[in-house]
Amino acid sequence: MQTTVQDLGRFGYAHFGISASGAADPFAFRAGNLLVGNAENAAAIEMTLIGGAFEFEDDTTIALTGSDFGAGLPLWNPVEVKAGQVVRCGATRSGARVYLSVRGGIAVPPVMGSASVHVMTGVGGHALRAGDVLPIGHSSVRRPRNPARPAPEYVRDGTLRITPGPQSDWFPAGWYTGSYRVSEESNRMGLRLLGPAIPSPGGHMLTEGVALGAIQVPPDGQPIILFVEHQTTGGYPKPGNVISADFCRLGQLRPRDQVAFEQVTLEQALTTLQQQEKWLYGL
Amino acid sequence: MTILPASDRSLLVTFGSEISSESYRQVTLLTRSLQGIRGILNLHPAYASVLVDFEPRLRSHDEVEALIRERLASATHAPPLAERMVEIPVSYGGDFGPDLPDVARHTGLAPQRVVELHAAAEYIVYFVGFSTCFPYLGGLPPELATPRLSAPRKHVPVGSVAIGGGQAGIYPLASPGGWRLIGRTTLRLFDPEASPPPLLRMGDRVRFVIAEVCL
Repeated sequence: MQTTVQDLGRFGYAHFGISASGAADPFAFRAGNLLVGNAENAAAIEMTLIGGAFEFEDDTTIALTGSDFGAGLPLWNPVEVKAGQVVRCGATRSGARVYLSVRGGIAVPPVMGSASVHVMTGVGGHALRAGDVLPIGHSSVRRPRNPARPAPEYVRDGTLRITPGPQSDWFPAGWYTGSYRVSEESNRMGLRLLGPAIPSPGGHMLTEGVALGAIQVPPDGQPIILFVEHQTTGGYPKPGNVISADFCRLGQLRPRDQVAFEQVTLEQALTTLQQQEKWLYGL
Repeated sequence: MTILPASDRSLLVTFGSEISSESYRQVTLLTRSLQGIRGILNLHPAYASVLVDFEPRLRSHDEVEALIRERLASATHAPPLAERMVEIPVSYGGDFGPDLPDVARHTGLAPQRVVELHAAAEYIVYFVGFSTCFPYLGGLPPELATPRLSAPRKHVPVGSVAIGGGQAGIYPLASPGGWRLIGRTTLRLFDPEASPPPLLRMGDRVRFVIAEVCL
């Protein structure tokens, strides 16, 4: 229920306890920038569950990518807008997030090398409010692209592919076969899942670094998927980790959505990521 | 040392399973030697491990593992000694440190003695992590070790000075937390406008200075 400026994240500060943040659905985010002819890391607007109204002072090209927020404009398309035009996004009709990319990018001053808002700490600023004025920058690097055909369909697919995590040996084989519901308490720090408890091995574990997409299992057995604003270290065992190519699916999960896990190999994870890259660079 | 994939874009490098000055040395060495390398996105040091995040479009697990082994083999010198000493003024006890009486009871020491011991020790920042700039301090006098609360507090005030088992730390932001709160500092440990935002960094030495004691 918030709208923020995001890019692909703020890297290089995990040893200060600051996770990368960045677009929750990096695939839709990058597609939006590519469609309007921007550098793929140009800052754009991320809307979660409910959108907002955006008035443009000049003619430009925009793209809406991700979920359908009822803006009445084609998704995954470069769209010409006129000075004075208002683009209105309402409540989502599909997944959790839509990105509004503007040709040239949003020109907010970067903090530690990134325009991404880390909502929980305020690094990089805060959520947008009515009346905010956002300058448009000069991050366009080529002409706007052709519409993406066919539009990606991952948004409604609740399967999360995983690879083994650092403590996978502590858990029984097939620990990941249950079906889970996304809890209302989920946010950009973590997606809390509700469903069959995963037997927690207990025992003492030294606090260690945790990766984006890690599935951590606290003593109550209800898994938490660490998300873009995740803690940088943690002490719960992690039997699995969502693959990079499915971070976009994580970014589209809404409270009460159902998810299931499917284990794949590291090779399969990388092949899937390469296919995604191919699609993006085909734009 | 073990090196294992933690995900399709990270490796977890582990130096044993104990908190020790040797594992701290290895963690510091590896963290410093991997900084600023193309394709390495983030380093997450902890007590006896470093998680290395990399860009999977640029680097493979095998390449990063080879890089880690090469850097550790060539970085034979001990890391430079910490040059920074940071003094943290603390108001102990009362509303600032609501768990001071419990720590005193658990350790069998008078509250005033707990404060004196805590403020007499010299600490080192083993690493910074958790949620936002939380400094994990080594050097707590062993007689002050006190187990965490059985149920975490929903709200720990910003600047709370705390003991969690044999560890010491300071809460940089108001957050939930299960450590025992013995005091509070007005020093700002986390400033999103500062570069870098955390006051305390890996390798810094820390002393707590008694500002006041409320018994």
